[in-house]
Amino acid sequence: MTGWLDALIQGVLLGGLYALFAAGLSLMFGVMRLVNLAHGDLIVLAAFTILVAAGKLGLDPFVAVLLAVPILFVTGFALQYVLLNRTLGRDLLPPLLVTFGLSIIIQNGLLQVFSADSQRLRSGAIETASIQLGGGIAVGVVPLLTLLSAIAVIVLLNLIFYRTPIGRAFRATSDDLEVAQLMGVDIRRIFAVAMGLAFVVITIAALYLGLRANFDPTIGPARLLYAFEAVIIGGLGSFWGTLAGSIVLGLAQTIGARIDPEWQILAGHLAFLVVLVLRPRGLFPRAQD
Amino acid sequence: MDEASAKPTRTFRIETAGRAPRAAAFAAGVVLLILALLPVFAGRNLIQDLIFLFYMLALAQCWNLLAGYAGLISVGQQAFVGLGGYLLFALTLLGGLNPLLAIPIAGLVSALFALPTALIVFRLRGAYFAIGTWVVAEVYRLAFAQVKPLGGGTGTSLTPSVTSSVPGIEWVKGLLDLRTPAARDVISYWVALALTAGTLAVVYFILRSRRGLALGAIRDHEAAAAGLGVDIYRIKLAVYVATAAMTGMIGALIYLQKARISPDAAFSVLDWTAYVIFIVVIGGIGTMEGPVIGAIVFYLMQRNLADFGASYLILLGTLGILIMLFAPKGLWGLVSERYDLTLFPTRRRLVVRAGDDEKRA
Repeated sequence: MTGWLDALIQGVLLGGLYALFAAGLSLMFGVMRLVNLAHGDLIVLAAFTILVAAGKLGLDPFVAVLLAVPILFVTGFALQYVLLNRTLGRDLLPPLLVTFGLSIIIQNGLLQVFSADSQRLRSGAIETASIQLGGGIAVGVVPLLTLLSAIAVIVLLNLIFYRTPIGRAFRATSDDLEVAQLMGVDIRRIFAVAMGLAFVVITIAALYLGLRANFDPTIGPARLLYAFEAVIIGGLGSFWGTLAGSIVLGLAQTIGARIDPEWQILAGHLAFLVVLVLRPRGLFPRAQD
Repeated sequence: MDEASAKPTRTFRIETAGRAPRAAAFAAGVVLLILALLPVFAGRNLIQDLIFLFYMLALAQCWNLLAGYAGLISVGQQAFVGLGGYLLFALTLLGGLNPLLAIPIAGLVSALFALPTALIVFRLRGAYFAIGTWVVAEVYRLAFAQVKPLGGGTGTSLTPSVTSSVPGIEWVKGLLDLRTPAARDVISYWVALALTAGTLAVVYFILRSRRGLALGAIRDHEAAAAGLGVDIYRIKLAVYVATAAMTGMIGALIYLQKARISPDAAFSVLDWTAYVIFIVVIGGIGTMEGPVIGAIVFYLMQRNLADFGASYLILLGTLGILIMLFAPKGLWGLVSERYDLTLFPTRRRLVVRAGDDEKRA
């Protein structure tokens, strides 16, 4: 019984990590209808950026992330402004292909610079610290921080979307691209800002990815699939839906792993397919697509 | 065509083949004959290279039909390559079947798997469909990693008794004076040639049929095609299942040739989807000529640059992005725009005849 309760708690906490993966993807889709096949690889790229910043300057990853955030915001802004804005339009193929190409470039670039070795972000005692909940159940501090950060990120994204002028522009372009442009919204800049913001979320996701487990240049695509599954399970168009979808995915994976460790990933994928069959628009749909 | 809208002096004709394509058809026959006789002159290395070129071309042609015409951009075709490969292993190792018989059965079973798969992934639209197919391929990979009789996660090899039971090996050995492994390559080469030529023929005749007209319409403008009465869902489903069958057969052939299978290799997104997408995009998506050009370019790059490993893949990714941004119709698009050339006449042209002057629209 304790084992199952533990699996449930760990599943919710794992969902926090997936929510951080998924929030960036959800943001890109929400504003510019971009489905980014390089999303997972960008998270891994950010993790390596934090690793280098922490290693070169001898900083704690939590401090290094503060340095990495502006770098990645600018990177995201530039990527959208220079490259991805060129791919947007009626045709689905260019954005898919360009991000697929980016995925391969990032993966192999990282392989060349860092080799295929597993890496990890080191942050001293906090990595292994845990809080006893009684009854033999403990929650790790890092997983708990991950979930709290995910909630904080979602609250902040909602504040930006619904309380600020740039958020108004985000929603306007999302609702109707042509009319937004007629109203004087510079969509190229708006999209670039949205991508910069998504990169900040990606950086936070990368911090916890690196603190919770080993990472290497090849693990990106699997993270993309988890993020995507969380977004679809939750239903398009709402960040809270994405959080719920992430928790469903996290639960499916930990419960699957509890039955047989080899089934962890498979159980998550199957949960996604079941939701797709039963509720094709996700559990908490909002946007029409 | 409405009688009233056409002036009585004009007649209309829909034409698909011109003079160049007729010459091309003759040339294709000659090329096919030369390729079929090639093992008599060529060494084993060239034969093995050509097997690789053939199956990449066949995979590219399938993906092109799927993505270029039906608008189903899949990044999960490795599901059917792996499925076909594993079916070949299951049918020959566990079922004791003749390998050449196992190839068409693998295609048939792949189609049977594709049907329920389609019912699920078709719930996702556009770009989401793409990632959905990838998830399905991962499910296949993880599921086959659980099949212990086929080696589980580490995979398994074909036994020599299976690989040498390919019919015709003794005949080829006698005819061309070869050892068993080389004779096996020759048989694989012929099967690959037949499968590739078959795939090209199937795609060609689909595109020239009524269905093909509908597919071209979907490619050009899906909403407009639906408005004109094309049953989009049915035709997409048919294309998905048909390409799954062809992809499954190609997968079976690939793993008969490799004689060793593992889940990670058989369901590799890089080998069976990324390369294939680059072939189609570099050559020119939405044409039959594109994948042929792309496959040849890819083969030459693979031959000369594959040793560079990661840098080669970075180059390939960059090339794909540049072509998508600056020449979205690919290399063949550049050629055909300049010279108005067609090798596979799948496009219909409206020929308006008014007296002696002939206009092409």
